[in-house]
Amino acid sequence: MVENNQEIIKMEKIYKSFPGVQALENVDFCLKQGEIHALVGENGAGKSTLIKVMTGVERHDSGHIFFEGEEITIRSPQHAQIVGISTVYQEVNLCDYLTVAENLLLGREPHNHFGIDWKAMNERAKHILADLGIHIDVTRPLGYFSTAIQQITAIARALEITSAKVLILDEPTSSLDIHETEQIFRVMKKLKNDGVGIIFITHFIDQIYEISDQITILRNGKLVGSYETNNLPRLSLISKMIGRNLSDYDDMKATKLETAKNIDKEPFFVANSLGLQDAITPFDLTLHAGEVVGFAGLLGSGRTEIARLLFGIDQPDQGTVTFDHTKIKEFSPIASIERGVGLCPEDRKREGIAGDLTIRENIILAIQARMGWFKYISLQKQYELANHYIKLLNISTPSPDQPVKNLSGGNQQKVILARWLATNPRLLILDEPTRGIDVGAKAEIQKLVLLLAEEGKSIIFISSELEEVLRTSHRIVVLRDKKKIIEFTEEVSEQKIMQSIAGGD
Amino acid sequence: MVQRIKTFISGNAPLLTTIVIFIIVYIIGGQLYPSMQKPQVFFNLFINNASLLIISIGLTTVILTKGIDLSVAGVIAMISAASAALLKAGWSAGVVIPLMLLIGIAFGFIMGCIIHYLKVEPFIVTLMGLFFARGMAYIITLSSLTITNDTYRYLALTKLHIPFFKSAYLYIPSLIGPILLLVTFYLLKYTRFGRTVYAIGNNEQSACLMGLPVARTKIIVYSYGGLCSAIGGIVFSISLLSGYGGYAPGMELDAIASVVIGGTLLSGGVGNVIGTLFGVLINGTIVSILQFNGTLSSWWTRIGVGLLTLIFIGIQSLFYMRKKHS
Repeated sequence: MVENNQEIIKMEKIYKSFPGVQALENVDFCLKQGEIHALVGENGAGKSTLIKVMTGVERHDSGHIFFEGEEITIRSPQHAQIVGISTVYQEVNLCDYLTVAENLLLGREPHNHFGIDWKAMNERAKHILADLGIHIDVTRPLGYFSTAIQQITAIARALEITSAKVLILDEPTSSLDIHETEQIFRVMKKLKNDGVGIIFITHFIDQIYEISDQITILRNGKLVGSYETNNLPRLSLISKMIGRNLSDYDDMKATKLETAKNIDKEPFFVANSLGLQDAITPFDLTLHAGEVVGFAGLLGSGRTEIARLLFGIDQPDQGTVTFDHTKIKEFSPIASIERGVGLCPEDRKREGIAGDLTIRENIILAIQARMGWFKYISLQKQYELANHYIKLLNISTPSPDQPVKNLSGGNQQKVILARWLATNPRLLILDEPTRGIDVGAKAEIQKLVLLLAEEGKSIIFISSELEEVLRTSHRIVVLRDKKKIIEFTEEVSEQKIMQSIAGGD
Repeated sequence: MVQRIKTFISGNAPLLTTIVIFIIVYIIGGQLYPSMQKPQVFFNLFINNASLLIISIGLTTVILTKGIDLSVAGVIAMISAASAALLKAGWSAGVVIPLMLLIGIAFGFIMGCIIHYLKVEPFIVTLMGLFFARGMAYIITLSSLTITNDTYRYLALTKLHIPFFKSAYLYIPSLIGPILLLVTFYLLKYTRFGRTVYAIGNNEQSACLMGLPVARTKIIVYSYGGLCSAIGGIVFSISLLSGYGGYAPGMELDAIASVVIGGTLLSGGVGNVIGTLFGVLINGTIVSILQFNGTLSSWWTRIGVGLLTLIFIGIQSLFYMRKKHS
């Protein structure tokens, strides 16, 4: 019945730009029936924009979308569902308190002459899930079950209610353990045999090789290529995802070597088998004044988890940290700030920037927190500080009284940097400081990082872009699967780092 | 079988707790004041709290969507004043009652539209509704208007004797609450409308993404709340045979307390009208106990209900926190 290898969805020459960013540039994509197609790329590569275009959340600027051979325009997410394109997100969009059966069938629930036929509904839900190999009590509230079951319920709903032909799974396995992942995979294989085309977004390389037939790689909004999984070795996948541009590499190398001379011999920060269950395997780490330590690894490899642990957002459940030869007892952001540790979080919109406050107000936030909330910093002093950093970091704005949300991404990042610099920190953790900002601003921030190291600060530099880590760091720590794999102190080749990131073979 | 009973108990724990508490409170009352053991005292709960039960039912559906309706008592006052004025002007009850119901529906409909389409907090919109309705009641009449209409008098004074209970009785309007209760129970449990109400209360965004008719359902819920308030107003004016803007002061708060004691979460998505019935009965029983005592200030009722509500919210939080963890 199912003709395999039939193209279901085909996108050609898709362009999409947002103010200041070319999110997609000449991207082609093709999904066949009964195919599990991995869509990979680091943050800002354009995966989510491509999905948004495909599901009608965003409209592409130019290009063509064909569904089963006919050109269509997808007007809205609802329209996409009607056409047969359903998305299941990592955050399941269902109702926790309603039963599994209701979540599956609400909107198309069976009726008898009296009203909703609960018995028939439960039977049918049980049957549908049994088909997918899941045997659970469907009369229990959905929230009672694991995330995997909730996701499978969402998948089943997509197939049952909208009879989806294309199923987009957006990082379905990122919060699941091995057993749960297996459950999802079994369902995916079953659907594949039924001829459903599945787009699988994930950052777990192992999983890509375990389940996918085809891999499409995006980088910086451009298509790197589409390959059969069997013909693409892991190493080439990694290098295609995070590979480097040769340009403007050399000029920073000199600066780096120069600053390397000033690194303190004695570490001021020593972590000993520090770890937190389910977040990061215990690791050792030493930090020296005047040194930039780069963290390399894919998204979800444990980079951010370490940052959160070092800053005290999450409390470690084992290991010790000594800071200036004193053992740290209290792990909390406030204690960290007092010790002179600063963190620029990965998701600056959500965690870092108070968008409605002005540049000046954002800059003094951390210094205020450090001084205590009741100590007033005079307005004049505030302006002095703000103007100082606007000049120092080259923040382009008409005045310090601009709300931060009006600035470009790169400038917002600089405001956060300024906030921490104002507290004169000893250790600054930068989690993806260059994410989503343009090339020029990236280079500026990288240079700034080295400048700060030269002043004697210790810096942890976390980035998805390997070239960037290589360029700015004196020492590189490689992470994979929530584990510190290796540390490179010498000058090291990109190839070698990629090998340790890829692992596996 | 044992398994099924276990699931039933764990699935309905808040409701069962409410029922148990009602029984305990009632038994305590009966022990303290033996005359409370008469069956009529129990039926009086339905007579005295007829309006409270009716508006609490409407309010339950609203709260289930994560909304709130503060206008309920104001609408009671407005409907009582308006119907008294119209009846005094010689209109027949057969015209006045349907008209009042329509006004109630329209009132809720407008609030629902404002809440949904203009995205204004239900708290604000219905607070304005409360001000408007109560103000309107005083504009209609500054003093209490007596109702002399024959139909109203018939409805107010006819005793319905209860079989098997000697000399126990109810009035006709006291039956409306229980009937409405059954209707609402059916709507919530056995119709897509009802399940959509729960879905919206769970997570409005999810309900939307599940393709459920969110806008329509929300507006119907507020209209239904308005209808219940209007019915409550008619029942109120029948039982007192008069209309006045000052009637039912603060009753919206009693209603909210009854709904919460009945196990419905103010955060929406969880609850049941049957629980609301027992919430109202607990409220009424505490009032009865104080009346039988006779020396305590009637404000002790509020304190009692307040404490109970607090305890209940505490129990619910613990219950759901534990559930989240397991």
